[in-house]
Amino acid sequence: MTALPKLIFELSREGKIGCGLHEADVPAEAVIAAADRRVDIADFPQVSEVEIVRHYMALARLNYSVDAGFYPLGSCTMKYNPKINEKLAAADELQAHPYTPHDLVQGNLEIMARLEEWLVALTGLAGFTLNPAAGAHGEFTGMLIIRKYLQEKGDARRVVLIPDSAHGTNPASAHFAGYEIREIPSNAQGIIGIEELRAHLKPDVAALMMTNPNTLGIFESNISAIAEALHANGSLLYMDGANLNALLGIIRPGDLGVDVMHINLHKTFATPHGGGGPGSGPVGVAAHLLPFLPLPRIKKSKDQYEVVYDDPRSIGRVKNFYGQFLVMVRALAYLLALGRENVRRVAEDAVLNANYIRKKLEGVLGLPYPAPSLHEVVFSDKGLPVTTLDIAKRLLDYGFHPFTIYFPLIVPGAMMIEPTETESKETLDEFINVMNTIIREARENPELLRQAPVHTPVRRLDETLAARKPVLKWRRGENI
Amino acid sequence: MRYLPLTDAEREEMKETIGITDVKDLFSCLPSGKCYHPLNKLPAALSEPQLVTAFKELGRKNSFSDHLAFMGAGAYAHFIPEVVSYLSTRGEFLTPYTPYQPEVSQGSLQAIFEYQTMMTMLTGLDVANASLYDGGTAAAEAVLLAVRKSGRNRVLLAANLHPEYAAIIRTYVQNLAIELLTVAVDKENGRVDEQDLSSKLDGATAAFVFQSPNFLGVVEDSRAIATTTHAHKAYAVQVVSEAMSLAYLVPAADCGVDMVVGEAQSFGLPLGFGGPYLGFMTVREEFLRQMPGRLVGQTVDLDGKRGYVLTLSTREQHIKREKATSNICTNQAWCAMRAGMYLAVMGKTGLARAAKTCHLNAAYFAAAAARLQQIKVVYPANFYNEVLIEVKKGHAADFLAALKKKGLLAGVPLTWFDPAWQNHLLLAFSELHDRKAIDRLLAAMGECA
Repeated sequence: MTALPKLIFELSREGKIGCGLHEADVPAEAVIAAADRRVDIADFPQVSEVEIVRHYMALARLNYSVDAGFYPLGSCTMKYNPKINEKLAAADELQAHPYTPHDLVQGNLEIMARLEEWLVALTGLAGFTLNPAAGAHGEFTGMLIIRKYLQEKGDARRVVLIPDSAHGTNPASAHFAGYEIREIPSNAQGIIGIEELRAHLKPDVAALMMTNPNTLGIFESNISAIAEALHANGSLLYMDGANLNALLGIIRPGDLGVDVMHINLHKTFATPHGGGGPGSGPVGVAAHLLPFLPLPRIKKSKDQYEVVYDDPRSIGRVKNFYGQFLVMVRALAYLLALGRENVRRVAEDAVLNANYIRKKLEGVLGLPYPAPSLHEVVFSDKGLPVTTLDIAKRLLDYGFHPFTIYFPLIVPGAMMIEPTETESKETLDEFINVMNTIIREARENPELLRQAPVHTPVRRLDETLAARKPVLKWRRGENI
Repeated sequence: MRYLPLTDAEREEMKETIGITDVKDLFSCLPSGKCYHPLNKLPAALSEPQLVTAFKELGRKNSFSDHLAFMGAGAYAHFIPEVVSYLSTRGEFLTPYTPYQPEVSQGSLQAIFEYQTMMTMLTGLDVANASLYDGGTAAAEAVLLAVRKSGRNRVLLAANLHPEYAAIIRTYVQNLAIELLTVAVDKENGRVDEQDLSSKLDGATAAFVFQSPNFLGVVEDSRAIATTTHAHKAYAVQVVSEAMSLAYLVPAADCGVDMVVGEAQSFGLPLGFGGPYLGFMTVREEFLRQMPGRLVGQTVDLDGKRGYVLTLSTREQHIKREKATSNICTNQAWCAMRAGMYLAVMGKTGLARAAKTCHLNAAYFAAAAARLQQIKVVYPANFYNEVLIEVKKGHAADFLAALKKKGLLAGVPLTWFDPAWQNHLLLAFSELHDRKAIDRLLAAMGECA
């Protein structure tokens, strides 16, 4: 197998230049003393433009991506990212400085205001902040809102309830908002049972964080009763909207008693994941929580958009400037392209695709929770002679990105498959065929799977070594 | 609809396979009375050309681009080589998820590893993480890291820290047992008041968080600050909002600073009306296992071949849940990768040239502005690329409005941040400006006040 590309530092040669930039043309002297100026950036790259292009093109070829093929990573909603949205977000006329006087950036402010209107309409909540940078940042923002609201009522409380199927960001976000976490077990149907909830619903409970549909792809069908029980206890319902794709245009969380929720523009609204961000995690709230939303807020007054910077009841600022503006541009473009005619079809096709995969694979893989699936289905490796990891790695050899593995934690050997609505039936059938082939291989020649992948640029990597002796940067003469 | 590939015939076939007659049957687990709310108030779908037109119209409602701008204060217009845009927007880099399957993610992982390396070269510190959201949240994470590592719960913030960063820090710690105190600024030189710093440092202080170049544009004496801070066994945390300064000034690590965190938007990211930008964090080795955010590390595969993985994930929320060092999951990976591309293209020579030009352009402006009767250059020494001016007569807002009429955005008015600064404007200069542009600004200023 061929070696990976060299590091940019290994391509570097004294005297090479990668960019054409002129010298300053002003007659001026530095005002910083020479002793405070740096002489050199030791070992910084010196590579020509063409070599840089080839370096990164070589790296690009090592990546799997949505543009390359099926990416059924559960709870990540790896849908197709429309190309026109990239062009729209890159337009010069949107690249204003964030402190530009508001009268010169009315278009940008309108983009944010219109996106907020769409989100309000789709969720049934009273208002949104677009400031949070990602899902976890939205969770943190939402928990701060809840805490501020309860503090104002004179009873901040100590505890947040989180089901055992939740994403790890939920407890981490609530913790940084100052809460203690109490875990609720999911019931046999894979959801939060009203009895389990009541058993944990003490006077010190500030809120429940519920992902809906949850990480098993199952709708939390007790949600309205849960919301009622929480509200009767003076507690609030936070909904993690990571899986909103399943509900788009079908049901509004605001109609189910949800007080606060975050959504992920980089999941439901088709903005690219970028290899781990940038995302955007808008937070919506019911009317009684509007005053606590973070700042700044966009406000329309008469025919002008304005920006509100001060509000003593707000939780304050969570992010520089307005948030991930260019991600919002892409999300609005996506929604305008869908329009009212297609929003619902997104959820319907996403759920149809997931159920098609479920039906075709349920005799082949373990199905720990038989409750109806929405946008994703969770299988397990129960009864198979190989592990979920082996199956995932073998999928790589067949040119597919694996599903989410070993999550949710309540399913041993979990395989969480979310096809999204942007996959064709042909693609689903190919994936199903490959999965059948792999399971056959697992029974006939399990070693083949344990050695997988063999057709990828590198084979299984030694993660223990990486963590035991961390090498987190290149150093002259020290890297392998 | 162009983003939905299923045909009606296929939908029928799939429904038959599943054993349903209507797609609504798939949603029978939802409370039926609350489903299928009317969507008729939403706008109708736009075709691709209609979408382009709609955004052209929105763009036309922005009129900033007719202006010559000298704005900074945490967001900076710099030259972006075309190669950076060309490479970074390729789908192979834009459309993968977080590299959880390293065998098919070596491109992103190696690119981030290179970015981490270059950030440590720029700050001189041992370790860089793979990104945080932005400068303000990076500063907040640094506060939490310092408290976690030291076991102390008081943090001092310089009064000339970017006001948004300070606000974000206050938001982050509002429910935690962390006390924040502000260290005053010496109005004479725009720097941290070292006496005030000394008097506020004590055995309960985890860290002193200061910005350099600070919000007033002045480069701090990081050596003196680090020495004073270390005398009380507290950490010196330097915040940087203009990353270009890292290529011009003595490396922070050489001054004894323990962490350098902040905003690296200057490295190849467009202004974008404030985001997405790039929070960075570089620290001494001793902070490594308490650090927030993703880290890419080198390792080998089964054949002994060099490769890269996300590592030290036992710090993170998906393993440690509420005991994690941070709740961060999705970060700014693509921005970090793009910054790495930018730094590689600019290279040792190009980056040094850009960084120097920023400073010389600011120096040229400051020297000439000092000769204008209407203006006082508040801190004529020790600025990098931002210059604070005071309008001697009338309000800065009127001065700014008059310049705007002449097609100039002559800086950021500071009343937004401190109502007492009615006459102050902060101007930023970069390698995108030249003598002609600055002369136009100076001439207009001479005519306005």
